[in-house]
Amino acid sequence: MRGSLKVVSLVIIILLVFSLLLVSNYGCKPKEEEKKVVKIGFIGPLTGKYSKMGIGGLNSFKLAVMQQNNSGKNKYTYEVVSFDDECVPQKGVEVATKACSDPEIIAAATHYCSMVAISCVDVYHKFGLPAIVWGAVLPDITYGNDYIEVSRVNGTQVEQNEFNAHFMVDELGFKKFCIIHDTTDYGRGHLKYFLKALEKRGIEPLSIDGVTIGQKDFTTILTKIKALKPEVVYFGGLTAEGSLIKSQMDKLGVKAQFLGTSGIKSDDFNTSLGEHAEGTICMLDGAPIEKMPGGLEFKKAYEEAGFDEPYEAYGPFAYCAANIIIKAIEKVGPDRAKVAEEINKTDTEDIIGRIHFNEYGQNDVPLVTAYVSQDGQWVPWDDSLYAKGERELPGFAYREGREWVNPYQGP
Amino acid sequence: MTSASIFLQIIFNGIMLGIQYSLIAVGFSLFFGVLDVINFAHGDIFMLGAFVSLILINVTGMLTASGAVYIFLLILVIILSMIIVGGLGVFFERIVVKPVSKGPTLMSLVATLGLGIAIREAVRLFYPRGSETKRFPELLVKLFPGKEAIEFKGVILRYDNLLILAVGVIVVILLAIYINKTKMGLTIRAVAQDAEAASMMGVNKNLIIDVTFFIGSALAALAGFMNGLYYNSIIFDMGAMAGIVGFSAAVIGGLGNIYGAIVGGFLFAMVESLSAALIPKGSEYMTVIAFAVVILFLVFRPSGILGERAYERV
Repeated sequence: MRGSLKVVSLVIIILLVFSLLLVSNYGCKPKEEEKKVVKIGFIGPLTGKYSKMGIGGLNSFKLAVMQQNNSGKNKYTYEVVSFDDECVPQKGVEVATKACSDPEIIAAATHYCSMVAISCVDVYHKFGLPAIVWGAVLPDITYGNDYIEVSRVNGTQVEQNEFNAHFMVDELGFKKFCIIHDTTDYGRGHLKYFLKALEKRGIEPLSIDGVTIGQKDFTTILTKIKALKPEVVYFGGLTAEGSLIKSQMDKLGVKAQFLGTSGIKSDDFNTSLGEHAEGTICMLDGAPIEKMPGGLEFKKAYEEAGFDEPYEAYGPFAYCAANIIIKAIEKVGPDRAKVAEEINKTDTEDIIGRIHFNEYGQNDVPLVTAYVSQDGQWVPWDDSLYAKGERELPGFAYREGREWVNPYQGP
Repeated sequence: MTSASIFLQIIFNGIMLGIQYSLIAVGFSLFFGVLDVINFAHGDIFMLGAFVSLILINVTGMLTASGAVYIFLLILVIILSMIIVGGLGVFFERIVVKPVSKGPTLMSLVATLGLGIAIREAVRLFYPRGSETKRFPELLVKLFPGKEAIEFKGVILRYDNLLILAVGVIVVILLAIYINKTKMGLTIRAVAQDAEAASMMGVNKNLIIDVTFFIGSALAALAGFMNGLYYNSIIFDMGAMAGIVGFSAAVIGGLGNIYGAIVGGFLFAMVESLSAALIPKGSEYMTVIAFAVVILFLVFRPSGILGERAYERV
């Protein structure tokens, strides 16, 4: 009796299991064959002082991948793996190695900070991971080596500083410059190429001073600079030091135009300085977003995707980097060496316009835009009240020995 | 600007830095005096001072006030931030610093370093958009309507800076009086000299340690507030460097001696300012030079400038 009960219950259980399987099979439509998932990496500063730039880049990168995945045209499904380099070189090498040693990651968009990018290029070469730099501007990252793995979608300090000098000297007519730079490779790069560009115009700066990252007090060098009576104080460095230098210039009464590079082109510069940011000039690679061929679409898609943080200065480049990577993988399949080769041949159109990689893997379609801080916003020079003559640059007033009245009206 | 006025300006800038360094260094010396620990979280207490005062400025809405109310609120913010941060200092001392102070030196070193990192990261994570530079309002400018600075032959002495300096000097003098002339000051010195003997004389050692940490942390908070006013920007990691500088200043002056800490703070600031001004490419190397001086002191005069009085501590 007991034995037959056992057999019956066993049969019931088996039937139940089978029926469950049947139901589950019946419930789903026969699926298309799953697309193979390919991982691509993103490396940038996701925490720390420059996290806003990193997160803006990551979001833009994700946006491109999302659009590609939803387009239905691709052979593969892409998955983003993000790494945080904290804008610290040691940390950068650590995460770059981590990304490289995951064989499933086929390519990556890497780094906002130049000093991190330059320390990581050897890692990418050693492990053969194709890396497209999306934000760092130090020329040596691409020009300092012949690694096929490393390429860059944004411009470099060479074009940026050439344009900077052209804009300030040839267009605005400034002649007396004092230069401050940070002592990292990044800051020294700006110094080198800005000096070259000035030299071409027959101008020698009145002074050159190096400052260290993390330094807070610049009163001593600014006191020396004040005595030299420059028309322009140029700073080759990042926002943290740049905003302190500007605020201390105002406090010490250094009556000169403050000029930055792409390093201070962040919302942070404006928010941390308030009215003291007004009239500052900086440069950025690429056209202003409204003037990029696909800029407005990008802006709209970014807003619709519901990211909390702004895409920041280099978001569009990270977006293009994702597209280039995906295009290459689609063409040659998920194989690092082949993808690297394919990326190097890039000559395409994207939201920022034409992208063409030269023999160093550098996008050699340079375009630099000057920005001016106006009411707490970075406004492209051509669209600003300053260019229209409705406001006067501090440098112009000081040059003529007049006092400058700050026209700041709040953001 | 003549070279004499450049020199004077640089000296003045150095003094402004010196008063901030001194206020941090004093804390290091006080703590070392009563507990024999080097509290490496002290720099982050300084940072907390800046952030707590920024929160209080926003909470009290003092930026929209004017006249006597404004001055009242300003003083209220300073005192409240000193009390809050002083209290936090005592709290951290109870839960971290004192428990490890009896163990090997290495233990207190690691524990306080860890505490500092915990405080720093907490501010970054929990303060809204904590990893960004925060603007600190120019509170004192409002007190001097119309004119911002005295200009004397190109040397600019800003009124707000002079006020910061005056407050710093007054606080240091008050501290000296408190330590040397009051009964509580006497007991602090007694604990510093010989904690066990002081206990036998009926001194409540734990209370004294609490009081010392309260004073030290409150002074760091004041330094943080001044730093915010001076630079008009604060950031979560500002305490890391400030802590190292404050500690170095205390070492130069003679750890455990508050006058030494003050002298050390000014000396460190002057070495920084003058090396940036006088040595070619000095601004790149000023931190290197300043810390080289610290190393020289550690090698050749480990007891610091006022070291021979070190037996007395505090």
